[in-house]
Amino acid sequence: MNKTVKNADEAIKDIQDNATIMLGGFGLCGIPENCITALVKKGVKGLTCISNNAGVDDFGIGLMLNTRQVKKMISSYVGENAEFERQLLSGELEVELIPQGTLATRCLAAGYGMPAIFTPAGVGTEVAIGKESRKFMVEGVEKEFLMEMAFDADFAIVKAWKGDPHGNLIFRETARNFNPMMAMAGKITIAEVEELVPAGSLDPDQIHTPGIYVHRIFQGANYEKRIEQRTVRKR
Amino acid sequence: MLDKIGIAKRIAKEIKDGYYVNLGIGIPTLVANYIPKGMNVVLQSENGLLGMGPFPFEGEEDSDLINAGKQTITTVPGSAFFDSAMSFGMIRSRKVDLTILGAMEVSDNGDIANWKIPGKMVKGMGGAMDLVASAKNIIVAMQHVNKAGESKLLPACELPLTGVRCVKKIVTELAVLDVTPEGFKLLERAPGVTVEEIIKATLGRLIIEGDIPEMVID
Repeated sequence: MNKTVKNADEAIKDIQDNATIMLGGFGLCGIPENCITALVKKGVKGLTCISNNAGVDDFGIGLMLNTRQVKKMISSYVGENAEFERQLLSGELEVELIPQGTLATRCLAAGYGMPAIFTPAGVGTEVAIGKESRKFMVEGVEKEFLMEMAFDADFAIVKAWKGDPHGNLIFRETARNFNPMMAMAGKITIAEVEELVPAGSLDPDQIHTPGIYVHRIFQGANYEKRIEQRTVRKR
Repeated sequence: MLDKIGIAKRIAKEIKDGYYVNLGIGIPTLVANYIPKGMNVVLQSENGLLGMGPFPFEGEEDSDLINAGKQTITTVPGSAFFDSAMSFGMIRSRKVDLTILGAMEVSDNGDIANWKIPGKMVKGMGGAMDLVASAKNIIVAMQHVNKAGESKLLPACELPLTGVRCVKKIVTELAVLDVTPEGFKLLERAPGVTVEEIIKATLGRLIIEGDIPEMVID
């Protein structure tokens, strides 16, 4: 298989207005920088973005918020972005906040071909409003769970450390985060990697995401990999 | 009265050898600095790491290696990385022994609110709702009263809830309290704080039995 495309522009060329897209990453860690830049350049609008966070004012998904390309965000935590907060409070942006584990598991369910999951997260809170719930016995005690649906995303855009033309992916450290399960969840999955290596040069035992889940892959350029909170100790 | 470091030090005393612990953002993060030396404790960071180490030395920051507060960190010998679904899998299946997190309000039946102030703050719940819904043991680090002097230990939370009937223990600048079916049970006073001051600062049901000892921090 050779799923290699030239660059981010080619990888996202068929993403149209009003598409639902997943974007991997936690904070600014492990985000698909090249594809975000390409989406800003292409200027697609009305996007629904599923991503744990919404970037910062001048980086990550924040770039697409500045250009008003995002209609709706589905995230667990959005506290790092002033423009986001402004658009939200003024009603320009629709936001669905959901528990982080629920977000991850709704991606997982999509990739595993399961229509829904049951989770205790959000029981008794406003997250539970309008959702079906069900009680199960857990460790001898009856406990309530919410039914949460698998995501249905047109595209998933992920960032990996290494990949090959088959689409096999290896992630690095905590830049893995949401990327593997989003890779499994997109109808079309686009992977950008720091290093694209020839088929056969990745150890099959070390693959995190098997290539079957990935439709397009390219080696990204000029990764900034910005640090959000630089914390250090003295020697 | 305790400062933030005092609260962190007192909570660190609740950690036992062999525990897997998840620390929330803020005061809970400070707890890591006061885990007794020689104790085997593994810190879980819900963005995908077991075995969180201290901040890196200057110049050794790695943008791929952060904690749930997006701070640069390090690993320790025996660390493991995993994805976010597995991270919440181990939380949901109760492999994590202790969760320490902050709160804006706690009610006397153990409800917690810490993610939203309607009309003012819209940051989101992050992993807090998953953690409180599944954790075996939850300790809350919080201020007993707000800046206006109003109690944050209430008969019922006024802010949108994060989870229901889940908090087991609270450490504030004034006291250590257990959450019991009958309400907050006062266990210890902070140095220099009287029982009367704690009664005044607590709006929820408060149980006081016998002499309340002053807490030992160091």
